[in-house]
Amino acid sequence: MDKMPKWADVVLVPVVSLLLAAIISAIVFLAIGQNPWEALKLMAYGAVGTSDFLGYTLFYATNFIFTGLAVAVAFHASLFNIGGEGQVLLGGLGAAIVVLLVPWPHWTLALIAGGTAAALFGALWVVIPAYLQARRGSHIVITTIMFNFMASGLLVYMLAGPLKPEGQQQVASGLFPEASKLPSLNDIAEMFGSDMFGRSPVNISIFIAILACVAVWALIWHTRLGYQIRALGKSESAAKYAGISAVNITMITLLISGALAGMMAINNTMGINSPQLVDNAAGGAGFIGIAVALMGRNHPVGIVIAALLFGALYQGGAELAAATDVQVQIVIVIQALVIMFTGALDEMVRSPIEKLFLRFGRGTAVEE
Amino acid sequence: MDFFTIVQLGDASVRMAIPLLLACLAGLFSERAGIFDIGLEGKMLAAAFLSAAVSLASGNVWVGLLAGIGISITLSIIHGLASITFRGNQLISGVAINFFAAGLTVVIAQGWFAQGGRTPSLPKDARFNGLDFPGALTRVRDKMQASPGMQFYSEFVSGHSILVYLGLLTVPLSWWILYRTRFGLRLRAVGEAPEAVDTAGISVVRLRYSAVIIAGILCGIAGAYLSTAVQAGFTKDMTANRGFIALAALIFAKWRPWYALGACLLFGLFFAIDNRFQNIQLQVIWIMVLLVGSAAVMTVYALRREKIDVLVLGGLSVVLAAIALVTWFGTASGEGIGMIAALWETVKVPSQLIQSLPYLFVVIVLAGFVGKAIPPRAGGQPYVKER
Amino acid sequence: MSEIAPAIELVGISKAFGPVQANKDISIRVMPGTIHGIIGENGAGKSTLMSILYGFYKADAGEIFISGQKTVIPDSQAAIAAGIGMVFQHFKLVQNFSVLENVVLGAEDGALLRPSLAKARKQLKSLAEEYELNVDPDAIIQDIGVGMQQRVEILKALYRQADILILDEPTGVLTPAEADQLFRILGRLKEEGKTIILITHKLREIMDITDTVSVMRRGEMTSTVKTSETNPADLAERMVGRKVLLRVDKVPAQPKDVILEVKDLNITDEKGVHRLKGVSFNVRAGEILGIAGVSGNGQSELLEVLGGYEKATGEILLNGEAIDLTGAFSDGQSRRARGIAHVPEDRQHEGLIMDFTAAENTAFGYHHDPKYQRNRLLMDNAAIMKDAQEKMDRFDVRPPNPMLAAKNFSGGNQQKVVVAREIERDPDLLLVGQPTRGVDIGAIEFIHQQIVALRDAGKAILLVSVELDEIMGLSDRIAVMFDGQIMGERLPAETDEKELGLMMAGVTDGETA
Repeated sequence: MDKMPKWADVVLVPVVSLLLAAIISAIVFLAIGQNPWEALKLMAYGAVGTSDFLGYTLFYATNFIFTGLAVAVAFHASLFNIGGEGQVLLGGLGAAIVVLLVPWPHWTLALIAGGTAAALFGALWVVIPAYLQARRGSHIVITTIMFNFMASGLLVYMLAGPLKPEGQQQVASGLFPEASKLPSLNDIAEMFGSDMFGRSPVNISIFIAILACVAVWALIWHTRLGYQIRALGKSESAAKYAGISAVNITMITLLISGALAGMMAINNTMGINSPQLVDNAAGGAGFIGIAVALMGRNHPVGIVIAALLFGALYQGGAELAAATDVQVQIVIVIQALVIMFTGALDEMVRSPIEKLFLRFGRGTAVEE
Repeated sequence: MDFFTIVQLGDASVRMAIPLLLACLAGLFSERAGIFDIGLEGKMLAAAFLSAAVSLASGNVWVGLLAGIGISITLSIIHGLASITFRGNQLISGVAINFFAAGLTVVIAQGWFAQGGRTPSLPKDARFNGLDFPGALTRVRDKMQASPGMQFYSEFVSGHSILVYLGLLTVPLSWWILYRTRFGLRLRAVGEAPEAVDTAGISVVRLRYSAVIIAGILCGIAGAYLSTAVQAGFTKDMTANRGFIALAALIFAKWRPWYALGACLLFGLFFAIDNRFQNIQLQVIWIMVLLVGSAAVMTVYALRREKIDVLVLGGLSVVLAAIALVTWFGTASGEGIGMIAALWETVKVPSQLIQSLPYLFVVIVLAGFVGKAIPPRAGGQPYVKER
Repeated sequence: MSEIAPAIELVGISKAFGPVQANKDISIRVMPGTIHGIIGENGAGKSTLMSILYGFYKADAGEIFISGQKTVIPDSQAAIAAGIGMVFQHFKLVQNFSVLENVVLGAEDGALLRPSLAKARKQLKSLAEEYELNVDPDAIIQDIGVGMQQRVEILKALYRQADILILDEPTGVLTPAEADQLFRILGRLKEEGKTIILITHKLREIMDITDTVSVMRRGEMTSTVKTSETNPADLAERMVGRKVLLRVDKVPAQPKDVILEVKDLNITDEKGVHRLKGVSFNVRAGEILGIAGVSGNGQSELLEVLGGYEKATGEILLNGEAIDLTGAFSDGQSRRARGIAHVPEDRQHEGLIMDFTAAENTAFGYHHDPKYQRNRLLMDNAAIMKDAQEKMDRFDVRPPNPMLAAKNFSGGNQQKVVVAREIERDPDLLLVGQPTRGVDIGAIEFIHQQIVALRDAGKAILLVSVELDEIMGLSDRIAVMFDGQIMGERLPAETDEKELGLMMAGVTDGETA
């Protein structure tokens, strides 16, 4: 029945998409007078070349797991939450307020409180777009983009005013108390006498991210809520027949999505070496989440792999930008290409592969 | 506000409205043909960059304009490939185009000009400059002392670049194409019922490609206008979300050309206000009236509806009321005066809030409380012949 | 022998969609100035054949001759140029355009619209006089009825100077009276020398109006006969390939207590259109109440209200207790909890999620059922799978693979999955909408037997169908709906198709007597 084996769908198609993105990126490098092969080597070294670099790659991957999951959960309900960027900022605001207001005695308590606040604030920021989508049919894509801008406005206002300590020059919150700083992976490694992750900020949030993956996997495929989310995403009319409330499920799905994006704040505010909230805290992670979710086929395992890849790309791209004259925005270009090929031009990649399988794999395909 | 300020504000509104208008009409052609285009922003940005770069290199702004249109059409065709030929997700394609343009313009600008992702300033010859109509005053001092009629003529009518006048002309032109030509009839039909077009022996694919290419041309002009007429060169992310606001204006305009002009002028006015009045002071009482008033309206609306409405709108009302009270108490304690006296104190509205106003308005427009519009029926869906 | 060339001659047409052979070596000759019927079951390949003729698909093999000339038809444009016009089952009209604009679309005279519209207006007037095809040229399509819309489709073809008119299941949406009117128009067209191909699965229409009839079965053209030389039973046998039971085998009903009581149900939609107008009826345990009517006369809305996904005013009692029609319990889940099961009219968009596996679909709507839960948090996917396997075995769903996505099953097997899911709930009341639409004969018989068996188990059944044969065959009592109203009730033994047809056309109870 199926035109090609599952592994081809899950592995081969994304890999071919990635190759196409790589080819076009190479052309871009040529256009700005850089040697693509040299650039690739620099990026690879920048991503995993030293323990510091590897740590940064993992740090960014942690961000992208959260935002990738956020986008994926919404995609399962056929909702396109492009507001991850704003939800991440609000999550940071939530975490900052909770951690700065209360002197938590231990990082575990700070993690629980800060994580909850981050998730809550992230979810709250999507309430209005979700409500308008569910009740008024307002286009979630445009409303969440608008809320991204308003989020950065709100954040700048907070960081330039209420959250800024007296006398601080930088537009940022004050440093969080030392006790609430999440231990970095290197702190843990040092206990075993290793210096695996150097001075990189990768921290225990990465385990929370993995836990979130497991939770999302269970949610989508093993709970009634997940069943309803998928049903609504596949067929709104059938969901209506089955007595699944489109309004409620849309709201709940987007709240979960927003909460996951908001949770990223534990990594990028509480987890960094000098924990504080800065004005560009999201750093495009909300948008990279779209590429991660698309490439990971909205499945947590795929998302982890795609997030690692984008973590490496982001970190490698930063090192490339530092070492050469290439702007760091090259990462956005590659991200755009991945979104294009895995998301919108999927059919272009898929149908030739399907034809190949039909031609050479006829025996197995027809038997099914 | 004196009359000249109003004229100036109107003048600025038109200037700000033109790129919105062109993008909005681009979206109109595309969506009327059944193709959603979130990528207006990216197309404008790419055009803004390339037209500035080529104007600079060639010294001829018209060549630059053509280059901008060219790159915009290229991106349109990519969008067409994804959404027409390969029947992909139109939203995702548009989003990808936006990122692609946002990243690539900066990377290439740096590669070519090495000025931190922008083009050098364009010399006067490589820009679209204002056209001074016969008899129009050009110096601000002269205009301020002129009669109202002369002020209007000199400031509002005269002095825009040719692209402004062209942009305004596209409105009647679009209307005429849509409603008075064979092409327009087919275009409107293909966004409503592609199967009707197909069975009538017309190519759905060709029509839709024509529509996205028109969208490309209009976005190209809009982008070129930004970098060669409004400003003298390209800067990073210079489109500043106009593509998205244009989409909201399109919905507000119910997918009609003349309404689009009105909607875009309104958004233009927002930007003009934002630009001109960075520092808005309001009396506390007005803030109270505004916030508590909206809270009350929402609550009343919600109470007549379902639990979810009460929950969300009620919550929002509480937040608004809280902000109002905090402002009030804050002013009172900050100034050390009584609560009543505090009502007549003025406070500065945060500039971030002023800057967010257009976005807020977009959300309100999309909420559909300002007139319910019916989008083209086949919008966003790839056409597949049924068996 | 000086013979007139056939208007259309198809020679050896074959077409496959993947492994499915939709048309196998089909040859047919349609003589000019005749009405040629093509009859066959769902999926017999009638529509595919006509789509090839209209340039929608390219045949894998075979040739087309129009008036003796070999013609290649790569697209609709070529078909139109060859003088072929097609009226599709689902109209291809732009809903917010006027009649005039729809007629002109694709047949404009120049780049400017006004001259074309003016010319078309004149032309429409003369066509209207010639063929009794009166339509207001300025009416907007979405404001006019389906009968009118069909006329617009015919006018579109005539405006393009079609000599050959193909109509695909044209009476599906019409009342018997409207159908008769259509047939008069077709007769008129024939007199004027037009050639008409009528595709249908209704034997009566073939007998009433065609000159020649071709029968299709499983992608093959099995026979072509003069209509005057055949009869319905013979045609039915040719269609199916064996003798068919035209009646459902069942014992007389033994109705008991009233299970469902509907009183004065009303719906007004957001456009202010009155969809249901004071509908009242009841259904007893152990009986099947059939609701007849042309589609779009409120039956769908009635099922939606009963199934819990449309709000209404009025009163519905189930086992004597009121059902919530507007409040917190007016949803599908509450209905299911009360013992109402529902086989919806549209299995592809309502009854099933085509991308879900068969297993997931057998739990659809009942996903809160404790037997599908492992604990408070997690669902028991293994239990769902096991349950699905059992249901599929009992209902002979093929292939019996619960992991296969619903879209990979045939229409009949999809419907069996839905029927299995709903009937096995052992409901007090079963709502059934169009149970056999797009289902092959074998599955039809099976599904009918299951419905009758549930009735004999003492359950109440409300059957909605636009197929009068199905209503007559299955129901113990028949109610007829027209324009949101119940026109009256009849016993199957005491009525006939003619009377029901009049009621379906809105002729009230008293007038039919």
